[in-house]
Amino acid sequence: MSKLLVENKQVVIPGDILAEGMDYLPAAGSFREDDKIISAQVGLINVSGRLIRIIPLKGRYIPKKDDSVIGYVKDMTYSSWFIDVGYAYDGNLPLKDATSEFIERGANLSDYYAVGEIVLAKISKVSKEKAIDLSMKGPGLRKLRSGRILEITPFKIPRVVGKQGSMISMIKDATGCTIFAGQNGRVWIRGDSPAQELLATKAIELIEEKGHVSGLTERIKQFLEKNAVKKEATK
Amino acid sequence: MKYTKRFDGRKFEEVRPMDAKVGVVKNALGSAMFKIGKTVAIAAVYGPRDLFPKHLQNPGKGVLRCNYNMMAFSGSGDRVRPGPSRRSKEIAMVTQNALAPALDLSPFPKTVVDVFVELIQTDAGTRCAGICAASMALADAGFKMKDLVCAVSGGVVGGTPVVDVDYAEESYEGGSVDIPVAVMPRNGEVTLLQLDGEVPKEEFHKAVELARKACDKIYEIQRKALKAKYSQEATK
Repeated sequence: MSKLLVENKQVVIPGDILAEGMDYLPAAGSFREDDKIISAQVGLINVSGRLIRIIPLKGRYIPKKDDSVIGYVKDMTYSSWFIDVGYAYDGNLPLKDATSEFIERGANLSDYYAVGEIVLAKISKVSKEKAIDLSMKGPGLRKLRSGRILEITPFKIPRVVGKQGSMISMIKDATGCTIFAGQNGRVWIRGDSPAQELLATKAIELIEEKGHVSGLTERIKQFLEKNAVKKEATK
Repeated sequence: MKYTKRFDGRKFEEVRPMDAKVGVVKNALGSAMFKIGKTVAIAAVYGPRDLFPKHLQNPGKGVLRCNYNMMAFSGSGDRVRPGPSRRSKEIAMVTQNALAPALDLSPFPKTVVDVFVELIQTDAGTRCAGICAASMALADAGFKMKDLVCAVSGGVVGGTPVVDVDYAEESYEGGSVDIPVAVMPRNGEVTLLQLDGEVPKEEFHKAVELARKACDKIYEIQRKALKAKYSQEATK
């Protein structure tokens, strides 16, 4: 007889026994020891069918293929750029994936991406040793100009985006800002006025803080309505 | 001279009052405070970050690096000279070895995870308090762990096995030995066992047994502190 010892959305910590018996299977964040399933991480329980998964609440970004990330240009060579994407080591953006434009022989590469600039890139490959290759070829991938960047826990990005982008479009509509959430935990916000950007920033910070509490959408909606930037004030 | 009554009136199997809190250092990825009696340890976790010199990197998994430091006026005696010492380096090494078996750094190859343990007030049992705080800080930072690590010192004071030796007992005239023990309580795996001095076999076993039992109490405190962080926020 298998027994589930936890319920959905319960907070667990490393070493917690989640289930006994062989009917349940350990997924991300948990492992099996004899006939028990044990938690390996601080997080929220998610039971779907026979799988027991842990949704982490905090942690550092682990690069994955096809992630869209916001990165800082850190350094460049004669054929590539090094981009900080929030992992311990910088990602590599090779010249051939840097732009769809034709780059002339002897062109000044700083004209494309200069050190200190911010780009929205896609991870094209991650090796086993976590060497990251980036690409700028794809819809929406570009250099980011003006606006502000907010750093939050990467595991809260799905909450910021919401189901089919519901949360992020709600914030976009309410604040009038352009927002992009990178999978590496960096959120880019650009609005017409600092007040709008500030409101969007505060809303996203609130999501990071309360992301694990139920009724999040309602809470954010109320927050945005209460603090809505008046049209006149923006002028 | 037989040690029949403890200086602070505790029972032989009783630990000093404990307290724990998670998230005390805002700048760190994870942090924790662990207090046992008058000994207070703060641990902060940073990383994973790049590791140099390159030969220290492990292409298979991340490396754990611990640092132990007693603050200048933390003790009851002389000022502690700042900077690394023979003693602090040794304790940093045993802390690292006590935590490593519980920690899974395989998602972060070639990197280092730094754990800084600061003792802001000391009354013996600092390495144990440091390990308790560090394991909570690592869990708070979101790293994968098999279990939390709990540590407490067993000891033999004047021929009597006791647990959680304080400074007065450590300097007992009739002779005292302290035995720091760290365990992963769920399966009882021991990750640290140190002993300086001489002690009869039976007394040693008894002291270790007392320490293991005390670790279960510490485990409860650690678990409560880690869970409190999120339940507190939920009620706000």
